[in-house]
Amino acid sequence: MQIKLSQDTEELNHALEQAKKQREISISEFFTKNRHLLGFDNPLKSLSTTIKEGVDNALDACEEANILPNVKVEIKQTTQDRFIVIIEDNGPGIVKQQIPKIFGKLLYGSKFHKLSQSRGQQGIGISAAALYSQLTTGKPIKIKSKIGKNKPAYYYELHLDTAKNEPEITKEVEISWEKEHGIRVEMEMEAKYQRGKRSVSEYIKYTAIANPHATLSLVEPDGTKQEYPRATTQLPVKPKEIKPHPDGIELGILINMLKSTDARTLQSFLTNEFSRVGSGTSKKICEGANLYPNSRPSRIAKQEADNLLNAMRKQKFIAPPTDCLSPISEELLKKSLKKEFDAEFYTAVTRPASVYRGNPFRIEAAIAYGGALEKDKPAEIIRFANRVPLQYQQAACSITKSVIRTKWKQYGLHQSNGNIPVGPMVITVHIASAWVPFTSESKEAIAHYPEIIKEIKLAVQECGRHLGKYLRRQHKEKDAAQKQSYLEKYVPIIGEALKEILPDTKPTIVSKNLKEVLEKSRK
Amino acid sequence: MNEVTKKIKETAFKVREKINKKKKPEISIPIRALSNVNYDPKKGFFELKGGKKVRALTVNTIKSFAQTLKMMSLSKSIVESDDMATKREAYYVSKNWGEAGFKEQPESDAVMDDIEAMFMVNREQLGFLPEEKGGDIAGQLIVIDKDPTTGKEIKIDCTKFGSGAYSIPSSVEELKFETNAKFILAIETAGMFQRLVKHNYWKKTNSILISMGGVPTRACRRFIRRLADDKKIPVYVFTDGDPYGYMSIYRTLKVGSGNAAHINKFFCVPQARFLGVTPQDIADYKLPTHPLKDVDKKKIKDVIKNDPFVKQHKEWEKALQQMQKIGQRVEQQALAAHGLNHVIEKYLPDKLKDTKKFLP
Repeated sequence: MQIKLSQDTEELNHALEQAKKQREISISEFFTKNRHLLGFDNPLKSLSTTIKEGVDNALDACEEANILPNVKVEIKQTTQDRFIVIIEDNGPGIVKQQIPKIFGKLLYGSKFHKLSQSRGQQGIGISAAALYSQLTTGKPIKIKSKIGKNKPAYYYELHLDTAKNEPEITKEVEISWEKEHGIRVEMEMEAKYQRGKRSVSEYIKYTAIANPHATLSLVEPDGTKQEYPRATTQLPVKPKEIKPHPDGIELGILINMLKSTDARTLQSFLTNEFSRVGSGTSKKICEGANLYPNSRPSRIAKQEADNLLNAMRKQKFIAPPTDCLSPISEELLKKSLKKEFDAEFYTAVTRPASVYRGNPFRIEAAIAYGGALEKDKPAEIIRFANRVPLQYQQAACSITKSVIRTKWKQYGLHQSNGNIPVGPMVITVHIASAWVPFTSESKEAIAHYPEIIKEIKLAVQECGRHLGKYLRRQHKEKDAAQKQSYLEKYVPIIGEALKEILPDTKPTIVSKNLKEVLEKSRK
Repeated sequence: MNEVTKKIKETAFKVREKINKKKKPEISIPIRALSNVNYDPKKGFFELKGGKKVRALTVNTIKSFAQTLKMMSLSKSIVESDDMATKREAYYVSKNWGEAGFKEQPESDAVMDDIEAMFMVNREQLGFLPEEKGGDIAGQLIVIDKDPTTGKEIKIDCTKFGSGAYSIPSSVEELKFETNAKFILAIETAGMFQRLVKHNYWKKTNSILISMGGVPTRACRRFIRRLADDKKIPVYVFTDGDPYGYMSIYRTLKVGSGNAAHINKFFCVPQARFLGVTPQDIADYKLPTHPLKDVDKKKIKDVIKNDPFVKQHKEWEKALQQMQKIGQRVEQQALAAHGLNHVIEKYLPDKLKDTKKFLP
């Protein structure tokens, strides 16, 4: 009895103890512990992720406001392992009251709730960088913003309250800024700076290639300045926002949409919230799901939603519209490569739009070959998703897979089985999609959808054919030149030898005739 | 006019005619390989079959074509001035030919071989001499040579070299002989030759000893042939008991080689017979052996299948199969296992008692 009692008390104490620990984990707290999921695994990668997020946001903002982007990145070293990162753009700026939330609250943004081709998608990026900065140095993130010529500029210093996922304003002042509009973000963080593969400077260079309308610059810690002036003053066609296509929808998303829609009836919900669903199809879906077309969407229970989804899956739909995609274009891709690589041959291909799981996408590929590019090394593969360079996990990406599966020998290049072709070559592949399927949250590799691999291969093969044609022509010209020099060398010697053996020979006539005979022959 | 210069001029003339008619000139050269030889034991040597390769003058062949013509021109001027050039010297002369000069001597040797085959002559007739040493002679023989400056006859007595030997010159065509020797013994290794000379073996047996030093040179083969024909003496061959000794040394001496098939007529010794060491000797004399190397095994298989000489002589086929079966080879020096002079006191006397048993 005695024993039992004490056991009971112990269990009770235990439960109480547990209850004290159990409470809602805030998103900020979660990411504090799992920062590697967002690309902040180590000091080197954290720096490049910060710059990537900052530059992506700047470019998206400029394009949305029809402004030709000028983005400046500056990195300064403060101590052995601490760096200040400054990213400044000429975008539309952010209105005063939004500033703290955008930079000081995770999962706050405008892009998550719409479906269109854009660089960032979840609204995590820049605030996660701010959080990382705070975690490693304790310093606030400093923001300058101005939204127009005659408007005041504001300066903020922010901390993130990780428990509440709310910004904490430590300084807020009106200042004057000579810029017409734009944003300047500054943060200090633990980091490491390196050059070469997967570096910040490579990222900026690649970004310049995929964004020929942007002017980019980078000031490295040692003061070196790199400038990438824009290759065109034409802004890319603005990708249209589209509604989800019924083919790609999943149950969770469907339930969320049913809850948040403004539509009053199920039928109008289907026609208004999805693309390619007309009133006829919509009726058929309702019938198939055993639901009244005029029932209230918000009243649809989970089981009914499941039926609804099954009914939708049974329907056939027209492919989604593709005007939500904005490719770089063949001409500009070539122009960009010419600007950044000193090669002798350039080609580019933009494929027509295609669809995977209800999501439209479009593949572009380009090749730079020869010239000053490094010979006898595997080709450099530059991967882009929605104009953002992918620098990590090359081997896991379906772009790399497609390049390897292409038979390069037929285009006159060396390739051993299962490897990247070898030669002085840069291969660029861009996938544009309202929803790019990445293999993981850190957005580093494209998932292996057969439709996507097929399209990439088609684009790369067409570039390969252009290259093969060029190389064959080169070969021919080289052969002809070699043949000519061969003749120049040896024809006179034959004339001379014949003269030595038969003194009545006229070497000039023999040489002339012999040359004529050999030039006619192709061997 | 000399036969060779006539042929050179004819060829050059044809080439020039073609060119001036604006056609591609051609040169045809017999294919020199075992696949293109016939063997008729009555004739006694490998003879070329009709196979020829035609080398048309094209952009790809123009370099070797030019080199061939230049080499013919060099040969003509050497022969006309009654001079000679070694193969190495010819290679250095080519350095004056500008772009047509040879980079390495094997290239110029190959062109020389082509011209030889083209005209069916030997390179000495073209005025070119090899660097290689002809072989060493000791025994009952007087060689009659000429003094290079005065042209007077010189008699060289091959019994008077003590423990040394007379060297076969690179050109043997003008030599004459005096001898009453009963046989010629051609020996593979210098070591065995030395042993026999040291013990005056030639005196005891009234013979002529020749050291071939591996595969006999053309001069050595020609020397033995002329001597044996002239004085009607039998030729016995004594090599290691391995496929190299049988096929590369003995067979080449007797019937010539595939590569030099165009001149085998001069450089063969059809009367040669094989004394030993045979595969049967291994058992008969209880000789220590070594296992056959992979190249040996391959060579045995290859010659049984392809060599016209082996196909003609079943005795050789049997001997090679016997070797294949025991998987062993034996060296001449292995006879020393039974005492250093076993070879002189027992092996050779035994063998010479019954020369009919020698392999053909």
